[in-house]
Amino acid sequence: MSLNVNNLTVHHGAIRAVDQVSLAVPTGKLAAIIGSNGAGKTTLLRTLSGLNKPTSGTMNWMGESIAGVKPENLVRRGISHVSEGKSVVPELTVRENLLLGAIWRKNSKEAKQSLDEVTTIFPRLGERIEQRSDTLSGGERQMLAIGRAIMAKPKLLLLDEPSLGLAPLVIEQIFQSIRDLTHTMRLTVLLVEQNAMGALKIADLGIVLNLGKVVAVDNAQALINDPAVRAAYLGY
Amino acid sequence: MFQAFNTFLIGITAGSIYALMAISIVLVWRSTRVVNFAQAGMALLSTYVGYEVIQQFDSYWLALPLAMISGALVAALIELVFMRLLLKHSSQGAIASIAPIIATLGLLGVIKAFIGFIWGNQDVNIESPLSNVGFSIGSQTLALSPMKLFILIAVSVLLISLTFVFQKTNLGLALRASAHAPEISRLSGIRVDFVRTFGWALAGAAGGAAGMLQTANGNGALAPDSLEFSLLLAFGFIAAVIGGLDSLLGAVVGALLLGLVLAFVLTYVGGSLVFIAAFLLLVGILIVRPAGIISQRAGRRA
Repeated sequence: MSLNVNNLTVHHGAIRAVDQVSLAVPTGKLAAIIGSNGAGKTTLLRTLSGLNKPTSGTMNWMGESIAGVKPENLVRRGISHVSEGKSVVPELTVRENLLLGAIWRKNSKEAKQSLDEVTTIFPRLGERIEQRSDTLSGGERQMLAIGRAIMAKPKLLLLDEPSLGLAPLVIEQIFQSIRDLTHTMRLTVLLVEQNAMGALKIADLGIVLNLGKVVAVDNAQALINDPAVRAAYLGY
Repeated sequence: MFQAFNTFLIGITAGSIYALMAISIVLVWRSTRVVNFAQAGMALLSTYVGYEVIQQFDSYWLALPLAMISGALVAALIELVFMRLLLKHSSQGAIASIAPIIATLGLLGVIKAFIGFIWGNQDVNIESPLSNVGFSIGSQTLALSPMKLFILIAVSVLLISLTFVFQKTNLGLALRASAHAPEISRLSGIRVDFVRTFGWALAGAAGGAAGMLQTANGNGALAPDSLEFSLLLAFGFIAAVIGGLDSLLGAVVGALLLGLVLAFVLTYVGGSLVFIAAFLLLVGILIVRPAGIISQRAGRRA
């Protein structure tokens, strides 16, 4: 198990946003965390990347604790977080946003190489490389946000609602690229989604969160077939 | 015609010094979202350090870079021990956005008192290293002296270096990204706290240069209650706001515009109207372009 979370509790002021959550994701697997609004998905992800502080519990990545480690140091340990809502810097160009992802590596040759890789995966970004990123469409911005995270050469990718506000066709493209990236870059991925069906379809493993608690864990296909999950989250 | 050209030269020279001050205000604003009223005090302190260097080594050319370095160090120190503590403890509530500004006002007083304590409250003098007598063409004298020429060149070199750092280096990318999106920057591995301190240091250096150049451009007098530095702060602020407060290019454009307007008003209308002209320019531009001359917010925001 490369990512291990045990009895994790996180507070938002007085509210217990994440409540005694335990989960494990094996290396190279894509885990989808689904659940409705306010289930604690985003808080869980922000805690894993160091943006929020846990109240109690343990978090281990590759056998070492990551609790209390700052986000800027977690990147250096292979954890990249794409936060909610197309996390790009609008004032910077596409190229600058991508180079931002590789900035801690301090090796411009490697950064150039990664830039070529990312523009091969997302050709649209290559076409718009000198444009300011606030001129991009929503889907392109999401590609850019993922591209920036990939530029950091991560081993664990944390994705927060990449489908948010996108057209169905674009969502399908984004999900497909996430699936492909997981394989080709041998990533471990934690994907938080309200679009439960789309996420479970590409995931190996599904985790259902409700009011801060884990209510179901199974392989993704089994969750899709689970009548209770279908009724509550898949809508049929 | 010749008088107009001379007025233009005076305006550009004054404007280029305002540009340094405006840039130092913009840099601090971008790094920590603090409007820094202590900037004039910090520039004054650096200029006093420059004065001290001149006393010891009798060289303005050595004093200028040392004043800039001391400006950078003082600014970094203030950010590190004072502002960081303040911003950490007053992050919520009604006065959260006001407290740091008030604090910089207090800091301005502290710095002035400190200067008086070390160097006394009497005027000291920095002699201009180059002639302040204008070049002459035939029988007429240009408003461009060797000193003014040096100021124009020095400011140009500083601005070009700054542009290079901001546009072409990783450090510049980190400075720009941290200013606009601190969280994404942290997630990308940037040590945002360090970048903020560095932003203050750059601002301190620019302020130090502005102080040294302004003093040599004027009558050379330096005092803790220097009117010249208060004006420098006021005009630097106006230029920064005209330029959009977030944009370095805007600060430079705003400063040159302000310098020219003030020079022409001074020559053709009268000295008593200079402040009204500065005020009218500020209000006028904010009415026409509320976000400043160079607005950062363009493009679509889906």
